[in-house]
Amino acid sequence: MTVIQARDVSLTFQTADGPVHALKDVSLTIERGDFVSFIGPSGCGKTTFLRAIAALETPTAGKLEVADMTPDQARRQRAYGYVFQAPGLYPWRTIAGNISLPLEIMGFARADRLQRIARVLDLVDLAGFGGKYPWQLSGGMQQRASIARALAFDADILLMDEPFGALDEIVRDRLNEALLDLWKKTGKTIGFVTHSIPEAVYLSTKIVVMSPRPGRITRVIDSPLPRDRPLEIRDTPEFIALAQQVRDGLREGHSYD
Amino acid sequence: MSALPVIAVWIGAIGLNTWLSRFDSRATRLAVALIFGATILILWEMAVRIYAVPPVILPAPSQIGASFAANTAILWSDFVQTIVKGALTGWLIGAGAAIATAIAIDRSPFLQRGLLPIGNFVAALPIVGIAPILVMWFGFDWQSKAAVVVVMVFFPILVNMVAGLAATEPMQRDLMATWAAPYGASLWKLRLPAAMPFLFNGLKITTTLALIGAIVAEFFGSPTKGMGFRISTAVGRLDLPLVWAEILVAAIAGSLFYGIVALIEKKVTFWHPSQRPQRG
Amino acid sequence: MTEATASPGSTVLGRGLGRALPILTVLLAIIAIWYLAAIWMNATWVRDQAVRADTVLTTGDLIRQTLTLERPVLPAPHQVAAGLWEGIAGQKITSKRSLVWHGWVTLSATLAGFAIGTAAGVLLAVGIVHNRAMDQSVMPWAVASQTVPILAIAPMVIVVFASMGVTGLLPKAMIAAWLSFFPVLVGMVKGLRTPDAMQLDLMHSWNASRVQQFWRLRLPSSLPYLFASLKVAIAAALVGTIVGELPAGATSGLGARLLSGSYYGQTVQIWAALFAAAILAAVLVMLIGALERLTLRRMGLAR
Repeated sequence: MTVIQARDVSLTFQTADGPVHALKDVSLTIERGDFVSFIGPSGCGKTTFLRAIAALETPTAGKLEVADMTPDQARRQRAYGYVFQAPGLYPWRTIAGNISLPLEIMGFARADRLQRIARVLDLVDLAGFGGKYPWQLSGGMQQRASIARALAFDADILLMDEPFGALDEIVRDRLNEALLDLWKKTGKTIGFVTHSIPEAVYLSTKIVVMSPRPGRITRVIDSPLPRDRPLEIRDTPEFIALAQQVRDGLREGHSYD
Repeated sequence: MSALPVIAVWIGAIGLNTWLSRFDSRATRLAVALIFGATILILWEMAVRIYAVPPVILPAPSQIGASFAANTAILWSDFVQTIVKGALTGWLIGAGAAIATAIAIDRSPFLQRGLLPIGNFVAALPIVGIAPILVMWFGFDWQSKAAVVVVMVFFPILVNMVAGLAATEPMQRDLMATWAAPYGASLWKLRLPAAMPFLFNGLKITTTLALIGAIVAEFFGSPTKGMGFRISTAVGRLDLPLVWAEILVAAIAGSLFYGIVALIEKKVTFWHPSQRPQRG
Repeated sequence: MTEATASPGSTVLGRGLGRALPILTVLLAIIAIWYLAAIWMNATWVRDQAVRADTVLTTGDLIRQTLTLERPVLPAPHQVAAGLWEGIAGQKITSKRSLVWHGWVTLSATLAGFAIGTAAGVLLAVGIVHNRAMDQSVMPWAVASQTVPILAIAPMVIVVFASMGVTGLLPKAMIAAWLSFFPVLVGMVKGLRTPDAMQLDLMHSWNASRVQQFWRLRLPSSLPYLFASLKVAIAAALVGTIVGELPAGATSGLGARLLSGSYYGQTVQIWAALFAAAILAAVLVMLIGALERLTLRRMGLAR
């Protein structure tokens, strides 16, 4: 079943230095349960595309549908959870309070809220930290809390904008594993922006390679890797070949400028 | 020759503090500050006695203390009249009005862009000057003093509150958008809490302004009590120890007022980096 | 103002208008409210007069009279403007009724005090940054003293000085100096401490002397803080001077104008003096702002 469909989506920003074509004629279909990574150099529009899906930006041309609705309708239906590069937790709320926030806004009952908080804390391996304040936790734990927050209201789609970009390699590996595990358990559709080739190859069922000026898709690679992926899979020839393909796609995009 | 003991105390205190300041712990820091304060008082007392400075020009700390102890009833009634009735009432009304205005214009960027520069401009003006006008309008009693205080504290608090409401990061606002949060929810759950450090900044700087407004307004007319009234009549009778006792009351009241607001701030904005306990 | 000189062509007008329009709207609204308030607040008196004179007032008469009273409860904006113009341009500058003359009396004391206070504040800040004993002794008291309503005792200082036979500019300048001293001290200490450990280590690795470190690193990085506190300080100095002109007996300065206006119920005079003070404050703050932009731009710190 198709969850996200983009047809010839373009997005142009008007700036003092003239128009900037952040996206040009982007077409893409994302199926239910897909793990889709967007990769490319900065300025290729990968974040803009994700924000357009989330209705945080409005395309200037083309058609974009999320769960058979316009992105804005989908936003109002609370069809997706969004995770930013920084945790963006409220310092004046505890971890549990932060996860509770979207639930409060969406009008969940108190008992239901507590149950959901406990469940997602468990899911991201933060059980027992609900009473702490964000500034008492490490960066990796904060980012896990922000993922828990995005999961709490059980949207079918999870949009993640370089969620591990600010973390060190070791923490990132662990969170990648945890994310795959979570994806298998919940069966959500995940859109994931990254600039790391190993991360994209390791996580995704579909890798979207993008390139800048104007922002566009240069290659869409379907991953032949199985859904069960231990970390060691990164040393297999299949993985390395796939990474090579992505690298080629990136280089191809670059030859334009 | 008579300067010798003064110089000796001074040098002794410098030496002591220089030695103490090397340790740089919480206790020694406090000690250094207290020793400095005490040294100033002792030097003041010594200078007045040795050089026989007439009390009309500068009374000794001991004379001020004696006057304070002898006039507690007067000082208390002046405190109630000026600080509690005038300054505190005015401060509360002014702060309430400023916060309400900031929230009211929150949805209109146009009004904010209009009011902010004017507010900033007015905050730098010598607003105490309106005291004679407000005393004419509201009479000699505390109401006119409270009115002066309202005008003086309104703009600094307004400017801080408006800045505070605008202080959320774009990411936080985007997050609210992804949850399709209505205006009320994002105001109540995100922007008001985020504005608190700014609001308290405004509230703290206006505590002193409130006292100044209430006292100065009394120079333009007051009933026969109040700190400003007492200061101006005591100066007229050259009863300088009483004047200094009133100044002491003003200093204590000012520090207390500020301290209480700072304490509330600590409770409310415990999460802000400036308030968190320092971690290694 | 900054942008207007920095960016070219037609956008300047558009952006300037975009910024001025909201301000103008709010100003117009304030003036409109002021007129309504003037009519409302002066109406009682006008009605009383009419009853006493046994005349019947039409609404038009009422409004006209409320806006032209000689001693209104609240003068209308045009009356204040007229009073201000009369005080500035309608008198010889040496006249005792000239606002320029009174303004100059206030300004000279303000500037003298501001200069003394700033110099003392900067010097003490330099000492505090380089001497730990001084820092720990003085800073807590300097910070705590900000919470004390020092301004309120300004008139007393004047009277005490007068009893010693010192009058005129000096006592007022002392108050202004005292008030501008603390903001400069606190801001300057903060500014001199802005260089972080890495920048200081770098200086150390070049074997820079303490003097070099001061002139090449600490002083330049403190300038933005210094200018911010100078703006606060000059406003405080002006307020201090004006309050210092309030005690009975003062005959010159904008504060004395306020006081004599309030004694004789000359409301237009009070408002005119008030606006003269406001204009003076605005000009002083703007001058420092201009100096700040000039300095910071030359240092490459401005945007």
